[in-house]
Amino acid sequence: MGLKKSLEYISESRLAMIGLALVLFWVVLAVIAPLLPLYDPNTSLEAFKKPLAEAKDGATYWLGTDHKGRDMMSRVIFGAQRVLIWATMATGIAYFFGILMGLVAGYVGGWWDEIISFVSNVLLSFPVIVLYIVIIAYLGATGFNIVLAVTFASAPGIMRIVRGLVLDLKTREYVFAAQSRGESAFFIMLVEILPNARGPLIVDACLRLGYTIITIAMLGYIGLGLPPPDPDWGKMIAETQPLGSFAGHMAIVPAVAISSLVLGFNLLADGLREISLRD
Amino acid sequence: MVLIMTVVSLVLFSLFETDKLAVAGKVLGPYSTTEQREIWLEKNDYNEPFVFRYAGWAGNAIQGDFGQSIQLRVPVADVLWPRLANTAILAVVVFAVMIPLSLTLGVLAGLKEGSFQDRAISTVSVITTSVPEFASATLLSAIFVFWLGWLPGTSAMTSGFRLDEIVLPASVLIIYGFGYIARMTRASMAEVMTSPYIRTAILKGLPYRRVVFWHALRNALITPFTVIVLHLNWLLSGVVVVEVFFAYKGFGKLLLDASLFGDIYVIEACTLIAVFVAVASQYISDLGYTLLNPRIRFK
Repeated sequence: MGLKKSLEYISESRLAMIGLALVLFWVVLAVIAPLLPLYDPNTSLEAFKKPLAEAKDGATYWLGTDHKGRDMMSRVIFGAQRVLIWATMATGIAYFFGILMGLVAGYVGGWWDEIISFVSNVLLSFPVIVLYIVIIAYLGATGFNIVLAVTFASAPGIMRIVRGLVLDLKTREYVFAAQSRGESAFFIMLVEILPNARGPLIVDACLRLGYTIITIAMLGYIGLGLPPPDPDWGKMIAETQPLGSFAGHMAIVPAVAISSLVLGFNLLADGLREISLRD
Repeated sequence: MVLIMTVVSLVLFSLFETDKLAVAGKVLGPYSTTEQREIWLEKNDYNEPFVFRYAGWAGNAIQGDFGQSIQLRVPVADVLWPRLANTAILAVVVFAVMIPLSLTLGVLAGLKEGSFQDRAISTVSVITTSVPEFASATLLSAIFVFWLGWLPGTSAMTSGFRLDEIVLPASVLIIYGFGYIARMTRASMAEVMTSPYIRTAILKGLPYRRVVFWHALRNALITPFTVIVLHLNWLLSGVVVVEVFFAYKGFGKLLLDASLFGDIYVIEACTLIAVFVAVASQYISDLGYTLLNPRIRFK
């Protein structure tokens, strides 16, 4: 599907359009962040400035500064960049493994299915937060380990969805046709089955991206997140929450930022699902 | 269920206690010498084969003996149960409000698909599910604690149980959680309302009220039931965040503190309990689903 056709497709749902706009707003900001006339996100300027306060050099702190005197606007935008990069990477890797396991479990079946499903059930029996805490407490809080933890927590769920779709798709005629042409199992899984399973997977990916963003920020909030000093929305809330009585903006700004980004992904997923049900 | 618990406990035990010297190092502190650690290992029967150690540990755990907390210097059970009880109080309050609220909203939305009330309820539930707990906690406390000054900002319960201290933590969890259940209820209700037997009931001339309450609800509430039971598992993530935010002395905070400190016996105990609750709720939900829905009753 080309870009223009995708846009036409999405424009069928108002919800999806609003969601897309919210997501694009943050993505564009994150991409062009280095080009914007912002202060460095980690440099101390003047502490506890309210939003719209005037800076020493005559510029304006649009969103104020935090307790260490760092520009909030810059921190929120660079925080968006950071969380988007890590969340996309983590979700992408979780999808890679989830799809791989789901295809094998669904298409090959037999013992492979038994083993993969059992491992997934064990992982799914952990409440996700416990899985995160145990993995990160054991391995340490680095970006790589967070990606690893997200993969462990999400891949089993993705595997279940893919497996279900594959079980349905593998009884279709075009799969039989490919089998009688003598195509390899690898080819059939990747070329015949996977592209036809994309609809529900795209919807799920939007939801999961939103959820991964929450997860990464939540880990930052409880002190198991990406290492400082680079801005992290969760950490920003955790650090400034006790100071809410006289400088509430410091925690409110990142709270609104994350809510709007996640809302964007959720609306997009909802809209896409609505459109696919309508057809 | 027993199989999964065995596998989980085995994984957990080998993850944290395969390296014996590291365990001793955690207990005796980073400045203990290797000899001291070896003496401690000998004293505490750590030099037995792995299988025996695991069996002993699992046996004690089943009887509620999880060893001694490294950080707090008291038996793990002494801190674990009161903390779990505090979280249970929070969970009871949350469920007591969230279930009636989300079921009512879900049923109202599902009654007429695409109507104004459906769209309004659905939109609100998407928005509330998009606001993570730490964000809504920030916003709520900005309004009710710092601006209006109606509610206390921490819920440490230092002077006994107080109702006003539980309002904010519970509201945060309810706001994040009700949307999902409401949406499930809505989908289930909408499906039931379009089914032939409802059409028949309406065409027979039964009052609409009776059709909804007597015919539709009974089938529409099967799916939400399982979702609600499974929600226990989901609630825990929020509980950790909320307990940290409001300094509520519960189970989630205990697990988090233990893992930040490296208190392996507490981590093991908390994880086992959490997984047990999750697996048990899964089991109850499966069981309940089979009881409520005769179509999938197995022979």
